[in-house]
Amino acid sequence: MVRFLVTRLAGMVGVLFLVVLFTYAIFFALSPDPAVQICGKNCTPELIDQIRTNLGLDRPFYEQFLGFLSGLFVGTTYGTGANAIDCAAPCLGYSFQTGQPVLEMFEQRFGVSATLAVGAAVLWLLMGVAGGMLAAIKKGTWFDRAATGAALGGVSIPNYVLALVLQYVLVVKLGWLPFPQAVPFGADPGQWFLNFVMPWLVLAFTYASMYQRLTRANVLDTLDENFVRTARAKGLAPRLVWRRHALRPALTPVVTLFGMDFAGLLGGAIIIETVFGLNGVGKMASDSITKNDQPVIMGVTLVAAFLVIVGNVIVDIVYTTIDPRVRIGARA
Amino acid sequence: MTISMTTLEAETGGAPSVGVAPPAPRQGVWHHLLRSRGAVLALSYIALVALLAVAAPLVVKLSGWGPYDFDQAAIDPNLGGLPVGPLGGISAEHWFGVEPGTGRDLFARIVYGARTSMLIALAATTLTTLLGVLFGLLAGYHGGKVDQVVSRVMDFLMAFPALIFMIAILSALPASNRAPLLVLVISVFGWPYLARVVRGQTMTLTQREFVEAARASGASGWRIVFLEILPNLRSTIIVMTTLAVPGYIGTEAGLSFLGVGVVPPTPSWGQMIAQSMGWYAVDPMYFLIPGTFLFLLVLSFTVLGDRLKDVVDAGERR
Repeated sequence: MVRFLVTRLAGMVGVLFLVVLFTYAIFFALSPDPAVQICGKNCTPELIDQIRTNLGLDRPFYEQFLGFLSGLFVGTTYGTGANAIDCAAPCLGYSFQTGQPVLEMFEQRFGVSATLAVGAAVLWLLMGVAGGMLAAIKKGTWFDRAATGAALGGVSIPNYVLALVLQYVLVVKLGWLPFPQAVPFGADPGQWFLNFVMPWLVLAFTYASMYQRLTRANVLDTLDENFVRTARAKGLAPRLVWRRHALRPALTPVVTLFGMDFAGLLGGAIIIETVFGLNGVGKMASDSITKNDQPVIMGVTLVAAFLVIVGNVIVDIVYTTIDPRVRIGARA
Repeated sequence: MTISMTTLEAETGGAPSVGVAPPAPRQGVWHHLLRSRGAVLALSYIALVALLAVAAPLVVKLSGWGPYDFDQAAIDPNLGGLPVGPLGGISAEHWFGVEPGTGRDLFARIVYGARTSMLIALAATTLTTLLGVLFGLLAGYHGGKVDQVVSRVMDFLMAFPALIFMIAILSALPASNRAPLLVLVISVFGWPYLARVVRGQTMTLTQREFVEAARASGASGWRIVFLEILPNLRSTIIVMTTLAVPGYIGTEAGLSFLGVGVVPPTPSWGQMIAQSMGWYAVDPMYFLIPGTFLFLLVLSFTVLGDRLKDVVDAGERR
């Protein structure tokens, strides 16, 4: 078990390093010169050169990359003298457009994205997993057909289309919900909550549909397995067959998917946050793209990758407690 | 966050054809497929969109308005450019109404948007399938070091937050010709899902007697891989590819929706929906029409993929 953990964590560090390297290289190669952006109006070629030297942009790739890496662990300082900007560890970069370290911007918006992710996850697990299991148990009945049909629609409708339809029906036509406005929780908890209702519903419906399909297919596959037949043949009560033998193997792929999806959402639901004007990490990313604020885009990419990779490792560890076959494999 | 990759992940979780069986005879698959009402409807809709896409210039001649023609008479300047008439200006003149603000014909833009969607999805599918099959075969047949390298690259690509990275890359690249870039980016992040399955099945097939027989009779590695192993993977590849297409269509539309996809004035369904966001309260037809076309196309490919999988799986059980 210890060896399994160590291998897994080492693998995680390796992948993370590659992600940082890859992302940094791409942005290094593609991004427009930040010095020109910082310089702004009244710019002269000399000034640009000076900014470049100050920020170390004239140094070769590997030096800049190592500088970025060390910034992640011990922090870094941009520029020198009176204009120097401190960026404490873990320094993900500094946005010269907003005048803030990227991490600070991230922290300010993370709450919204986390609220969105948690609320949606509760809903979609309830609807998707329970719906999928019920559909599998009642295979061929009207419930199965209705749930499977809804899930088929749910995986096919792009979430931004669903968002617009819902917004039109619930807000404009029926007036059940107010127009979404950015309100902090402290100012007006009621409005704050109502703001999240539609985003939660839209996200949850899309994911629940995928989970319903996956759960249903897996449960049906598992019920065909020999060990389930054996359990039935030895006279185990149907409820126990389900609980002890059928559900666990059927749900392991769901756990994998959930780890990745949830972690991904924590890194920002770009489309949903943009459509509903929620000021989360995803909105920050899409705004930065419009403004061409490369350090922020890179920071968000890195954090999102970090979350997904950590999520995967957590899932692997959780696996060992759910599925005995993995436990044995890990021991070997 | 999850436009394509997770959907695809979800589908592969159900694993089309875990064991490896001889490919179902082609006529059988068609025969069974055409007996399912859902599959027939899906195929008809896909054919319709494909026809619109191919014949776009002709269709637009019939309807009378090109995708870039501004019809000032169809919008009301006193209402901020809202289309004249009910339902977003639907009339004999403009079959699907017009774009608010500009007065461009929605039907023409839908038809040309179908071109964009189908072309990008088709190209991305082709490239992804090529890469997936090639690397899957390579890793599965050779094993050892080659397998290690390919598998690690696949792990890396699948762990990556693909959507945000695609957005970042596309936003940094020049906007002149986005279509090939879109295809490239979608394919780079898409091939591991197919390659993983192909690799697994190739590993099983390599142990089978007929491969051993071929090797014993002196067949070269290339011959074994392409003439002995590949034909046995046909049904898996077809099913997985069909199930992946809706993901690519959705991704293209999503990226265009976010403003990093197809560059205006070239129409794309996702981009049309993005532009309709400012008008959704006063002109719902503007998002409903492209939204419905997109939804039905994704739905059709999903249904077709599901049915294909059922038919192939059933064929294996027989």
